[in-house]
Amino acid sequence: MSTLVLLLITGVGLGALYFLVASGLSLIYGLMHVLNFAHGAFLSLGGLLGWEVGRRVGDGTWGGLLVSMLVGMLVGALFAIVTELVFIRRLYNRHIEQVLVTVGIGLAAVALFEGIWGSDPIITTKVPWLRQTTEVVGARVPNHIWLLIGVAVVVLLAIVLFLRFTRFGLVIRAGVENRTMVTALGIDVRTAFTIVFAIGGAAAGLGGVLASVYYGNVSAHQGTSLLIYAFIVTVIGGLGSLTGAAIASVLIAVLQQLANFYLGGTGDLIIVLALAAVLLVRPSGLLGRAA
Amino acid sequence: MSALLHVEGLRARVGGQQVVEDVSLDVADTGVTALLGRNGVGKSSTIKAILGIIERDGTVEFDGRPIDRLRTDRIVRQGVAYVPEDREVFASLTVEENLTLATRQAAPNRGLVDELFPELRERARQRAGTLSGGQQQMVSLARALLNDNRLLLVDEPTKGLSPRLVGEVTRVLRTAAEQTPMLLVEQNLQVVREIAQDVVVLSGGRVVHRGAALEFLDDQDLVHRHLGVAA
Amino acid sequence: MSRLTGNRFVVPVLGVLLVVFAALLPRLDLSVPGVLPGATYTPGTLQILAYGFLIAALALSYHLIFGLAGMLSFGHALFFGAGAYGLAIVLRRLLPAELPAGVALLIAVLVTLVVAFVIASAVGALALRVTGISFAMVTLAFAQAMNVLVRRNTGGQTGGEEGVSVTSAMVPDVLIGVRNSANLYWIALAILVLVYLATVWIESSRVGHVAAAARENELRVRVLGLRPYTVRLFVFTAAGVLAAVAGMGMVLLQSGTTPRVTSADFTLTLLVIVVLGGVGYRWGAIVGGLVYTLLDKRLSDLASSDLIASLPAVLRIPLSEPIFILGSIFVLIVMFLPGGIAGIAHRVRSGGESSHAH
Ligand SMILES: Nc1ncnc2c1ncn2[C@@H]1O[C@H](COP(=O)(O)OP(=O)(O)OP(=O)(O)O)[C@@H](O)[C@H]1O
Ligand SMILES: [Mg+2]
Repeated sequence: MSTLVLLLITGVGLGALYFLVASGLSLIYGLMHVLNFAHGAFLSLGGLLGWEVGRRVGDGTWGGLLVSMLVGMLVGALFAIVTELVFIRRLYNRHIEQVLVTVGIGLAAVALFEGIWGSDPIITTKVPWLRQTTEVVGARVPNHIWLLIGVAVVVLLAIVLFLRFTRFGLVIRAGVENRTMVTALGIDVRTAFTIVFAIGGAAAGLGGVLASVYYGNVSAHQGTSLLIYAFIVTVIGGLGSLTGAAIASVLIAVLQQLANFYLGGTGDLIIVLALAAVLLVRPSGLLGRAA
Repeated sequence: MSALLHVEGLRARVGGQQVVEDVSLDVADTGVTALLGRNGVGKSSTIKAILGIIERDGTVEFDGRPIDRLRTDRIVRQGVAYVPEDREVFASLTVEENLTLATRQAAPNRGLVDELFPELRERARQRAGTLSGGQQQMVSLARALLNDNRLLLVDEPTKGLSPRLVGEVTRVLRTAAEQTPMLLVEQNLQVVREIAQDVVVLSGGRVVHRGAALEFLDDQDLVHRHLGVAA
Repeated sequence: MSRLTGNRFVVPVLGVLLVVFAALLPRLDLSVPGVLPGATYTPGTLQILAYGFLIAALALSYHLIFGLAGMLSFGHALFFGAGAYGLAIVLRRLLPAELPAGVALLIAVLVTLVVAFVIASAVGALALRVTGISFAMVTLAFAQAMNVLVRRNTGGQTGGEEGVSVTSAMVPDVLIGVRNSANLYWIALAILVLVYLATVWIESSRVGHVAAAARENELRVRVLGLRPYTVRLFVFTAAGVLAAVAGMGMVLLQSGTTPRVTSADFTLTLLVIVVLGGVGYRWGAIVGGLVYTLLDKRLSDLASSDLIASLPAVLRIPLSEPIFILGSIFVLIVMFLPGGIAGIAHRVRSGGESSHAH
């Protein structure tokens, strides 16, 4: 019983991490039809620079962690904005080329990070409280899981509120549905492109810092490995659906944890099979509109 | 009479197919110019090409200035409003949100819209996707009429509407046309007769007839030849 | 017109001459300083060239899916990996049977081909039920599954992170050791020629034409009463089997393989190669494969050179990461040189007119 509770809660925590990556991917795809392979690089850079700044402010303190998170968001957003303005925008409406460019940026950026920070994971220092556990119905849950869940919930709420109550949010929601008609109402939808990239990049950069808390290390590759899971989550949730991404993140991460524990470490395999199954039964994903 | 919109040698491709071959037409700076033709001759594509929604070649001048290189949103912001063939309301947004999104000026013509479409005010918080076809058409027209436009491009506004609604929409179009010149695609020749002054007829992506509306509609032979129906 | 009829003869003749020349290289003493590490008869150079040929063959097979049929697959490494792992595993299983090494190799090749065919048609049959980005994702997912399986040492067959090796007991002596690197080189060349001919055959067949037509306009193909699905499945399966052939060559050449060849990064590299060479051009895929291999090798050498070590960090770090440089080149090509190397050549020949493949 306590094992199951532990698996479920840590699954939700891992899902929170997936969501931070998948939310941006899903928004970007929904609006621009670009599957952003550079997203993992946003995450890695956010994690690495967040760590660099945070440890100088206060290694292993709440202050340091908070600064890391802010830096991670900022760095992720800036990297994403540059990617959109300099590369994606010039290939307007050429979706395959846009995907290819993000593939190139992802490869090159990660290689560069490796050059700077090396290819081995760098062990990070955790805030003492995050190293402890809290007991929930007999299960000793690592405290960092609560941080992950809390931050992901805040991010989800922030994005939902932004989409619902701002003019840009309105443009984005409309654009996800019918981008052509948005331009035909006299709206320059490219501004919205930059904004979704910025939001996605910020969430990914924040995810980078939290990934370093979750795994206890940062590395140039962290983003790339998380990216594949995030892709799977995004597709299962339904490309372009934020709620879908949130639900699928949790479902997939929990499934993965359970399979890893009860089915002899087959978590990765199970979620890949889940992806194949979902795509074949419901190609548009759980909450995606029919293609 | 002078031309507000001047189109010459317009060509456009859709899905690897040349659907607008060579269209030249003028839209007068007052009243309604009707764009006619059988199904699939390229009427909607012509309008989309004028707006740059599909890739196009050729000359398009609006008020004497070329707009054929501009992005769609820039063209629209010059005061060219578009009411698309299948309404294309944003189904997941409310009626109110659809209208807010379409507003381009600080003081939108809310009074006019409320007067023309009282029903929309009652349904402000309803999702546009759950509206009936006729109501969606009202949203689509309202989105255009909220702003002070210099030209309206309206594609089959009466498509699939009940006779009563056709009358309603015709009335709205007539009101709008008193203020703003219009290029109107319309299959219902009665509507054309009531509000259009000029016609341009397409066939196979080319213009096959141009002239005064009534003259064309009264020429049974011409109507039969180009539209395959009796006027 | 005369140029067209001329090309019909010039191209094959040129091709044959090129192959003959390539086949003679191990017996020649040619040096291309800065490009090849040594004279063409030296094992090191032959090894690199053979590697380049196999990558080129793999890129050609990918060209069928991406260039010809216009499908963006992120899972092609799966089939290359299937060929490489398949051959090594079957060879090891045959070992106790004490067959003559040549016979064992032949059987293993045939078995692997059948396995690759089954995997490719099964994956294709499922993945092709969706299109566009979803197709890319399903293929990525299947390749990822394969990657997970081999890294986990499933059934104790794949050797985990270590991979599998082909030992001297498993293959004929003529394929073992530095002395015989020319033989492996010739095998790699033969595989490239074979894959090339298969690609030509598929592209010029009716199926190839329909696949190309479906890339441009699926609707028109349907109107003609053809099912794009069937045609795409054929192309996908054929490309998978050809990729497995290249994979078999690779496992022989390198006396083994590691999980890297089944990774998503490896497929992405393939995408880089095809775009570098020029999407839609057959010889672009070949040139792309060779250029990429040589560039990668030279850039790695450069990275560890004294020259680089003496540079300040801002230059040293980027320049000592081959993937950074290759990735940047790739981005520039996508942005500014659609058509890649083949596209440049094409433009030069047609006198500066911009033109596209097909
Ligand atoms: N996305 C598309 N792919 C392929 N062909 C298309 C596409 N859109 C339009 N067409 C073709 O282009 C031609 C012109 O279409 P268009 O919609 O402009 O005609 P129309 O005159 O508006 O017809 P209708 O009166 O039925 O609305 C038609 O033959 C149509 O089949
Ligand atoms: Mg139409």
